[in-house]
Amino acid sequence: MSTIELPPAARGVDHYVSTEPFDPQAAARLTPEQERFYLASQWKLMWWKFKRHRVAVASGVILLAMYGSTLVTEILAPYNLHTRNTDFIYASPQSVHLFHDGHFLGPFVYEQTKTLDMRNLRRDYTEDRSKPHQLRFFCSGDTYRFWNLFDASFHLVCPPQGATLFLLGTDRLGRDVLSRILYGARISLTIGLLGISISFALGLVIGGLAGYYGGWVDMTVQRLIEIIRSFPELPLWMALSAVLPVTWSPILIYFGITGILALLDWTGLARAVRSKLLALREEDYTTAARLMGAKPSRIIGRHLLPGFMSHLIASATLSIPGMILGETALSFLGIGLRPPITSWGVLLNEAQNINVVALYPWLMLPVVPVIVVILAFNFFGDGLRDAADPYR
Amino acid sequence: MLQYVVKRVLMMIPTLIAISIIVFTIIQLPPGNYLESYIAELQAQGESVDQQKVEFLKSYYGLDKPLPEQYLRWAGGMLKGDFGYSFEFNMPVTRVIGDRMFLTIIVSTVTILFTWTVAFPIGIYSATHQYSWGDYGLSFLGFLGIAIPNFMLALVMMYVANVVFGTTIGGLMAPEYIGKPWSWDKVKSVLEHSWIPVIVIGTSGTAGMIRRLRANLLDELQKQYVVTARAKGLPPRTVLRKYPLRMALNFFISDIGSLLPHIISGAEITAVVLSLPTTGPMLLNALKSQDMYLAGSFLMFLAVLIVVGVLISDLALVALDPRIRLSGGVAR
Repeated sequence: MSTIELPPAARGVDHYVSTEPFDPQAAARLTPEQERFYLASQWKLMWWKFKRHRVAVASGVILLAMYGSTLVTEILAPYNLHTRNTDFIYASPQSVHLFHDGHFLGPFVYEQTKTLDMRNLRRDYTEDRSKPHQLRFFCSGDTYRFWNLFDASFHLVCPPQGATLFLLGTDRLGRDVLSRILYGARISLTIGLLGISISFALGLVIGGLAGYYGGWVDMTVQRLIEIIRSFPELPLWMALSAVLPVTWSPILIYFGITGILALLDWTGLARAVRSKLLALREEDYTTAARLMGAKPSRIIGRHLLPGFMSHLIASATLSIPGMILGETALSFLGIGLRPPITSWGVLLNEAQNINVVALYPWLMLPVVPVIVVILAFNFFGDGLRDAADPYR
Repeated sequence: MLQYVVKRVLMMIPTLIAISIIVFTIIQLPPGNYLESYIAELQAQGESVDQQKVEFLKSYYGLDKPLPEQYLRWAGGMLKGDFGYSFEFNMPVTRVIGDRMFLTIIVSTVTILFTWTVAFPIGIYSATHQYSWGDYGLSFLGFLGIAIPNFMLALVMMYVANVVFGTTIGGLMAPEYIGKPWSWDKVKSVLEHSWIPVIVIGTSGTAGMIRRLRANLLDELQKQYVVTARAKGLPPRTVLRKYPLRMALNFFISDIGSLLPHIISGAEITAVVLSLPTTGPMLLNALKSQDMYLAGSFLMFLAVLIVVGVLISDLALVALDPRIRLSGGVAR
């Protein structure tokens, strides 16, 4: 057999072969910056997007500071929660001065002197401008049991020797309003977090079952949600908290109220979970997981939920303010938390009538942190939601 | 259309039954029954208890019967207009609360109207001027409206009204007109007093509505038909008026479902602070003194008010929006 002769034209072309090592990704090479972006996890992307939302970040910082303060309330508050100054009942807020007779003295207060106004039946407090009392910082004042672990008396700022420090005035028992607001934050802020965790769990489980199984489970849950939603929240809260036994200890009441707040709140979350699951369970990867023999709990928990978890958390954040307001309203009406547990609502309970507005307006001050927290949670949640939305 | 209406009304019945069961459960929750605590209270005060009356009430309301039967009696009585017996006021609940329910409906309706008139222009302005200073300012005001607790606003407004306008404190009219026949002066006094509750109750609802309306309208403004209309050369104002605004109008009706529970909740607590002659203060008292039939009737009434409100809004929506009729579902 003779060798096959190639046509002359074909023989004339030299085949070019590059000696460089082959790199299949050369065309799709990313700059380091692009790589950082494309390979970032979902949470990282969210964080970048969230950072751009200035107001939300600021709100986040405020919230963090407020929650942080609840850890060291004892140190921050100049007085203890129940310290009574019987000589200073309904004392008006004292102001901090820096200059005395034109001389710089550092922060100090003047002593308050009380005069009884017999015509209007009220106590008038006036500053005695003759003698300045310098504030003490990092000092020892009222003793407290820190975190219920050990006794301590360290405070960030203490009242001067022989004088008082009521920056926001005192209430009808002569207790410092500022200290009480700081202590109240513990209850008011945690009730929102605790409540949202309960309602989050309820919403996930119930919404998850409804969305995954569909059929009659879905029908039942849908009806249930509809019914709960057609109740006016506050009256139902009122009814449920009025039902809590009077014999319960204040701490049990606290958990009871939290439970009640959560009991009516899960519906929104459950709805969101349900509608997302209904869409996602038709996806191919769900079918694949099912064919591989995964149990429903694993499919929901491992494959479906992570897909919209970020969105859920964002919407949960937005329902915390409702809970805080709910607690405040219930305690204000006197059917929520009870003293000695002190929340902002319990404090506002003292400001219930018009006399307070006219005579002791500083007793309404606990409403300021309520407003700040609710605004902050709203802005924070808004930013979080925008960041969690992949289409924006 | 008729078929839809009938179906929708029929759907209401199981909801109402479920609500009544929940309410009944709640009023049964406190330990012991209310008659026992009532008797105990009377005895504690050293008053004699009319044994005959107690026996009569017991048998009349079937308090010695098992719970399901008690429920049936209670629910059946409500259908006939018998809401039970208020132990605190010592008379049938119907007599105690008739006027108050009527006033609650009026205050809620006026507040919804107020919410609409305020939220509509502001929502549209915010959506069409997105990210402008006006939008930011109004959004912030809206947030503030959500954040300030109703009851505080009520207190402060009451004080301001008293100092600035000399309005008497609390109530829906000056004390000298209570129980008097209607006259011009009485109407004037009612008007003078009613703007405070309306504004206070309406604030947070309005704020929420502005935000929802704005978000809705923003979505709508990005749709292709708006782009088309603009590309055809219609002036922006006409585009807005012809298309997205009409969508927004539907939203107004459908939003009642989320607005109404909110307003009624707000109305209760505001009424307590302002001591309005509506259901609020009395519900609170009934709950505190565990006068449970009275409380249960109030709860039931408020829930029915919401269910009926949502029904009306659904029906109005069907009349307005052809898409709902076609798809046969309920838009919520």
